[in-house]
Amino acid sequence: MVNNMMLKKSPLGFLLLLVSFFFVSNVQATPKIQHWVTDNGVRVYFFAAHELPMMDLRIVFDAGAARDSKQKQGVALLTNGMLAEGAGGLDTGAIAERFDSVGASFSNSSHRDMSVLSLRSLTEKKLLDKALDTFKLVLNQPDFPKDAFERERNRLLVGLEAEKQSPRAIATRAFFKALYGNHVYANKTNGTLETVNTITVEDLKAFYKKYFVAKNAVVALVGDLTRQQAEKLVTRVTADLATGAAAPAIPPVPDLSKAVDERIQFPSMQSHILVGQPGIKRGDPDYFPLYVGNHVLGGSGLVSILADEIREKRGLAYSSYSYFSPMREKGPFIMGLQTKNSTVNEALNVLKATLKKFVNEGPPEKAFEATKKNLVGGFALRISSNGKIVENMASIGFYGLPLDYLDKYIANVEAVTLAQVKDAFKRRINVNKLVTVVVGDSSQATAK
Amino acid sequence: MKIVRFLVVMAIFSLSGCGINTILPDRSEPVKRYADYNVYEKTLANGLKVIVKEDHRAPIMVSQVWYKVGSSYEYDGITGVSHVLEHMMFKGTKKHPPGEFSKIIAENGGQENAFTGQDYTAYFQTMEKRRLPISFELEADRMRNVVLLEEEFKKEIQVVMEERRMRTEDNPHALTHEQFIAAAYVNSPYHWPIIGWMNDLENMTVDDLAQWYRTWYAPNNATVVVVGDVNPDEVFALAQEYFGDLKPSVIPKVKPRKEIKQKGIKRITVKAPAQVPYMIMGYQTPSVVDNAAEWEPYALEVLAAVLDGGISARMEKHLVREQRVAASIGTGYDAFTPRRELLTFSGTPAQGKTVDDLEKAVKEQIKIIQTEPVSDKELERVKAQVAAGKIYEKDSIFYQAMSIGMLETTNLGWQLGEKFLDRINKVSKEQIQAVAKKYLIDDNLTVANLDPQAIDASQPQKSAGGNHGQ
Repeated sequence: MVNNMMLKKSPLGFLLLLVSFFFVSNVQATPKIQHWVTDNGVRVYFFAAHELPMMDLRIVFDAGAARDSKQKQGVALLTNGMLAEGAGGLDTGAIAERFDSVGASFSNSSHRDMSVLSLRSLTEKKLLDKALDTFKLVLNQPDFPKDAFERERNRLLVGLEAEKQSPRAIATRAFFKALYGNHVYANKTNGTLETVNTITVEDLKAFYKKYFVAKNAVVALVGDLTRQQAEKLVTRVTADLATGAAAPAIPPVPDLSKAVDERIQFPSMQSHILVGQPGIKRGDPDYFPLYVGNHVLGGSGLVSILADEIREKRGLAYSSYSYFSPMREKGPFIMGLQTKNSTVNEALNVLKATLKKFVNEGPPEKAFEATKKNLVGGFALRISSNGKIVENMASIGFYGLPLDYLDKYIANVEAVTLAQVKDAFKRRINVNKLVTVVVGDSSQATAK
Repeated sequence: MKIVRFLVVMAIFSLSGCGINTILPDRSEPVKRYADYNVYEKTLANGLKVIVKEDHRAPIMVSQVWYKVGSSYEYDGITGVSHVLEHMMFKGTKKHPPGEFSKIIAENGGQENAFTGQDYTAYFQTMEKRRLPISFELEADRMRNVVLLEEEFKKEIQVVMEERRMRTEDNPHALTHEQFIAAAYVNSPYHWPIIGWMNDLENMTVDDLAQWYRTWYAPNNATVVVVGDVNPDEVFALAQEYFGDLKPSVIPKVKPRKEIKQKGIKRITVKAPAQVPYMIMGYQTPSVVDNAAEWEPYALEVLAAVLDGGISARMEKHLVREQRVAASIGTGYDAFTPRRELLTFSGTPAQGKTVDDLEKAVKEQIKIIQTEPVSDKELERVKAQVAAGKIYEKDSIFYQAMSIGMLETTNLGWQLGEKFLDRINKVSKEQIQAVAKKYLIDDNLTVANLDPQAIDASQPQKSAGGNHGQ
C-alpha cells in the first residue's frame, strides 16, 4: 500500500534506530524479561505480550563475518542465506510456500558479530504450528544444495558488482579496511569478488556445523504466549541443535598507530566523507558517558552540534552524523556526511574542527542537559512494539548484558556528568589518529 | 498554461484570504465513534479534521499533521516547492526562532520528522503520552505563523540540493526511476519528482514558498491524526484549545490534469556511470479513483501479489530460481493512489543475462497469468498474507497513524483501509485474469533501461597525516 517515495526532513531518526540498540522507557513500562537456558545450552529471553495474537521469534548465533577467514570472506553471509534455500529435502520454493501460506514472515541477515534468523507469525495454533515446523527445518536440517548455492553466489556477485557504482559503498569498504587492518572486523560481510568466487558448499557446511550450535545461540521471543508455551516453543525449535561450544573470543582491536587519509576518485556529484576510529565494545565502562556525549555531538538528529555546524549554519549537507556502534570488541566510532564536490574540503574541515572542539571543551552545558532529558523522556518510545522489544532483547542476550539493563537504563543516563563526558572523550578519541576517507570527484574540489 | 492557471487562482485567493472565518457558520461537528476500530473523529468549526485511534499497549502516542498538498499540486517551474517548504517549516515562527521547534521536541524526549509525497505533506512527533499538548502547541503555531526568512532559505535550498544529489543524481537506479516516471506520465502531475527538478530548485525563491504556504497551510486543508495511549475526548479538547482559533482559508481547487490514455509502447534509455544494468517496466493501470469497476484495483493488488508476494511467488520462482534470468525482481502497485497508477516490474538481470532477456521473461509470466487461471493455493496464500499483515501492522502506532492520514489526505477516507482485507477476499480467479488481459498490454507499457557507463576508477591517493588543504 505504501510504495510512493517519500522524502524525509532528516534521515537520522532512522539511522538511530539502526545503530543504537539502546531503548529507553519509564520504569513501570520496562518489559519483564524472563530468562532460562535450554537443556542443550540455548540462552532464552522471553517477554509475554498478550495484546496482539502474534509472536516474534529471533535466534542469533555468534557467527557473523568476524568468524570468516580472510580468504573466505562471505562464508558467514552465504551460510546464513542458504539455510532457507533447501532444508529437509524441501527446496526454496516449498519452504517459502509454507511460510507464505500461513502469512508468516521469515527473514535472515548476517552482520559482523551476529547471524540472525527471525520469524513473525500469528499465534493461531494451526498457523503457528506450520510456521514453527518450517522454521525448525530451516534451522536444523539445511541441505545446502549445490544448485541453489551457485544461484545465490551469483546473485551475491551481482551485488558486489553493483557496489562499484555506489560511492557510499566504496567509502564504507575503504573505511573499515583502514580502521581494522588485519583484525577480523575488517572482513567484508558480503565478501569480495575474489573471495566469493573461491567459496564452496563444503565451506558452508563446515561453518554451519561449527557455529550453528546450541551453546553459540541466543533466542529472543516476544508475543501472545504463556511462559509454559514459550518454553515448549523454544524447545521444539532448538532441541535438535548440537550442544557444541560458544565461539572463541575475538581478539581485541588494536588502536590506530597513525592517522590515515584516503582519497578515492569517483565520478559522482557528491563526495562522501567518513571519519573515525575504533570506538567501544559492549559493556565498556565508558559506555554511558560516550553514548550521552555522542548524542550531543552528532547522535540526535538536527539538534546535534554536527547537524548545526554542517547543515543548519552552512547548508553543506543533507545528512551529517556521528555514532558509536559498540560490538563484541571495539566497534567503530564514525562521523559522516556527503556534500557536493566543490565544498568537500570546507565540510571536512568543519567536521574535524567540530570534533576537536568537542574533545577539548566537552559538550556545552545546556545541550548536555537537554540531551539527558531527551534520552530519559524518550525512554518509552524505544520499547513500544513487539518488533523493537525482540530486537533489543536479542542484543541483551547476545552481548551478555544484565537482565535489569532496562530497569537501570534511566539511572545510568541520569548519573552521567559533564565532567565524565569530557574525560571519556579526551581519553578515548584521539583527534590526531583518525581514519579519513573521501570518495568523490576531487577535480571539482576547491581549497578552503 | 498550467502556470497561468495557478497564478490566477492564487491572485484571487490572496485578495480574499483574510477574515473569512467571521462569515463562516459554526461547522463544528459532534464526535463520530467507530467502536469496531477504536477510531474517533471530529471536525472543528474551522474545518480541521481530528482523528484519534486508541492503542494502549505502551504509554506513548504519535501525533501527525497531514496537509493536502504535495508534488502533484505543483506545476512546471516550481517543482519541489512542497518539499522545500516542508524543510522550511522547521525554520521558525513569530513565536519560536529557527531550530527551536526541534529543540523543544527533543528536550521532551520526542522523535520528530516530516515527509512529503505526491499527494501529501506530513509532520509528526512520537512522544510520551502526556506531551501531546507540546506537539499541538507547536504544530498549531506553524500551521499559520511560519516566518520564511531569506537567509534561512538560502541555506536550506542548498541542503535540499544536497539531498537531491544524494538520493538521485549519484544513484543510477533512482535516476532511471525518475526518467521512467517522467516518460510514463505525460500530463499528470506525477510526471515530475517529489524533490523537484534541479533547475527548478536552483531558481526557487522564498516568495514561491511564501505563496505556497499561504495557499495550502490552513486548518481546513489539514488532518490531525493521534494514535496511542490517549483518551479521545481529551485529544478533541486539546485540539480545540490549540487549533480551534486558527482561521481557515479558501482552498483553491486543483485542476485534475488526468493522465491521457497511452497510445502505444514507450521506451527510454538512461545512461549513467554504473556497473550493473537495471530495468523498469510499468503498465498504466487504474487505482480506486478511476472509472474502472470497483473490483479492478483489488484484482490488480492480488495479481501483483501472485506474481511477486514473497519468495514462493511466481517471479522469484521462475525468473530468479528456474530460468536464472533475474538477480533481483520487484513488483509495485498501489490501489490507493488518488490518481491513475502504474503496475511496475523492476529488476537486475542475472550474470550473463541482459535487460532484454529480463523483459521477455516478465512478459512470459504476464502471458501465463492472462491465459491460465491462478491456482487455489496461490489465491489462498495471498489472502493469508493480507490477513496476517492487518494484524502485524497493529504492532506499530506510527504505521496505524500513517495509514489513516494517507487515506484521509487523499480524500479516500481511512475506512477504506479497514475494508481492504474484505475486498481482497472477494477477488476471484476470473477477475485476476480479466485485469491482466485488459491492462497488461504493450499499448499501456513504458520501459526504461539503465545503460551503464564506465566508471573511471583511478587509484586512491594515499597520504599520512592530516593536511586536507589542496
